Amino acid sequence: METLFELDRIIVEMFDFLFMRRAILVGLLVSLCAALLGVNLVLKRYAMIGTSLSHVGFAAMVIATGIDLAVEREFSHFFVTLPMVVLAAFALLLLSENNKIKGDSAVALVSTSSLAIGIIIVSQTTGLNTDVCGVMFGSILAMTRFDVQLSVVLSISVLTLFVLFYKQLFAVTYDETFAKATGTKVFVYKALLAFLTAVTVVLGMRMMGALLIASLTIFPALSAMRLCKRFLSVVITAAIIAVTCFFVGMVLSYTYNLPPGASVVAVNLTVFVFFSGIALMKGRG
Amino acid sequence: MALITCKDVSFSYEGNVAVDGLSFEVNQGDYLCIVGENGSGKSTLMKGLLDLLRPKTGTITMGDGLKQTQIGYLPQQSAAQKDFPASCFEIVISGRLNSRGIMPFYSRIDRMIASAHMDQLGVISLRNKSFRELSGGQQQRVLLARALCATEKLLLLDEPVSGLDPLVTAELYQTIQDLQRDTGITIIMISHDVHAAVEHANHILHLQNKQLFFGPTAEYVETEVGRRFLRKGGDF
Repeated sequence: METLFELDRIIVEMFDFLFMRRAILVGLLVSLCAALLGVNLVLKRYAMIGTSLSHVGFAAMVIATGIDLAVEREFSHFFVTLPMVVLAAFALLLLSENNKIKGDSAVALVSTSSLAIGIIIVSQTTGLNTDVCGVMFGSILAMTRFDVQLSVVLSISVLTLFVLFYKQLFAVTYDETFAKATGTKVFVYKALLAFLTAVTVVLGMRMMGALLIASLTIFPALSAMRLCKRFLSVVITAAIIAVTCFFVGMVLSYTYNLPPGASVVAVNLTVFVFFSGIALMKGRG
Repeated sequence: MALITCKDVSFSYEGNVAVDGLSFEVNQGDYLCIVGENGSGKSTLMKGLLDLLRPKTGTITMGDGLKQTQIGYLPQQSAAQKDFPASCFEIVISGRLNSRGIMPFYSRIDRMIASAHMDQLGVISLRNKSFRELSGGQQQRVLLARALCATEKLLLLDEPVSGLDPLVTAELYQTIQDLQRDTGITIIMISHDVHAAVEHANHILHLQNKQLFFGPTAEYVETEVGRRFLRKGGDF
């Protein structure tokens, strides 16, 4: 078994594999998108939307596999999953605006229903095989050349929109009432946030797994907030944490043959605990 | 023409009338206090003035070139905001959003205006401090600077002194009064504290699900309703 003592050799070797290069490129971009959006999601108390969307993504992916079987040819899952998850994002946003069903209950309803629908479809089509396991917990072998190209284009679009509308997203996240009162189209920007989150979740789902992708939006933001006191520094720190954790997670996954999604989450958890420790010590000192 | 004219306005929530029979005018340079008990319709009217709520009947007209989006608003703080990681400057400059429109980032002029308003309210030294680490009085000044960034004509203040200790309250009232005197900005304030309202404002609007009184402060203190509420004290 290889060990981390030969780190330089391991990293060079990793990049020899086409599937690894693809996974790392897409993963870094998705981590970056997820971290930036995550700061807004966490502060706006929308963190659960990411989780819920990934469950919808699971159902969508299973449906896409079902369609593949039915038409007996493979096509990109993005064409099924992306519209479904984006629609679900808008539905969740509308549900959380509705006072009759509270936001968190709405999220729980959508999550569990999607899982249920997904599992029913699985039982009627492929059964619980390794492909389904890959959908739930991630696989780095899933990316085709077309998937990679589409992922790069979409994640760069997400990043661009985030930067262009940074000040609106800040204003809406910080104080919705003030933003609305001074003439900002608050709902448009909330919808933008939901849309960008949906795209990011779909892009990251194959590799990270439907059940784990949401952690990419939550952990870096929470870790950054332990130490940073300004919004911009929270955003930048979250981005750095996300990219670093992803890369370290991938190296660990490759070296010790661990599932990639789970490794990345474990590294994120370690960073979060470490940052919380520093914040605690600072608080006392 | 008046800055704001309300004519026979009423508001309702889910079919129930919250407040009706509102007819008043606010002119350039006025300092109007809206007083009344909890649930008397003060906040509802405030939402109406900010166009967050449509009147059920009647009309609210803006005059003197005042646009709906040019009202500086000081809301009551929510629990989530008290814990929000943002520097004071980031918060103040977000008040410039409406004048910036769709253009990305803030301009140099936006930055200058934000700094000038922080200076005006004595919080320029807190520029890079985290908002959540400030005292209650400092937080209100920062939010007031943000409100000034959004307007040149009209400030709407929703219970600006709630939760502040008496000394800080007095200072904040003084600041608001100075602001109105020095810049001629129009102020509409919701207040629980009828004594402070009478002391500072030059017009009073007293609500109790309908309009009990509207007019100059000097007249208000002579009326039966004014005397009764002043006797009952600041707390309704």
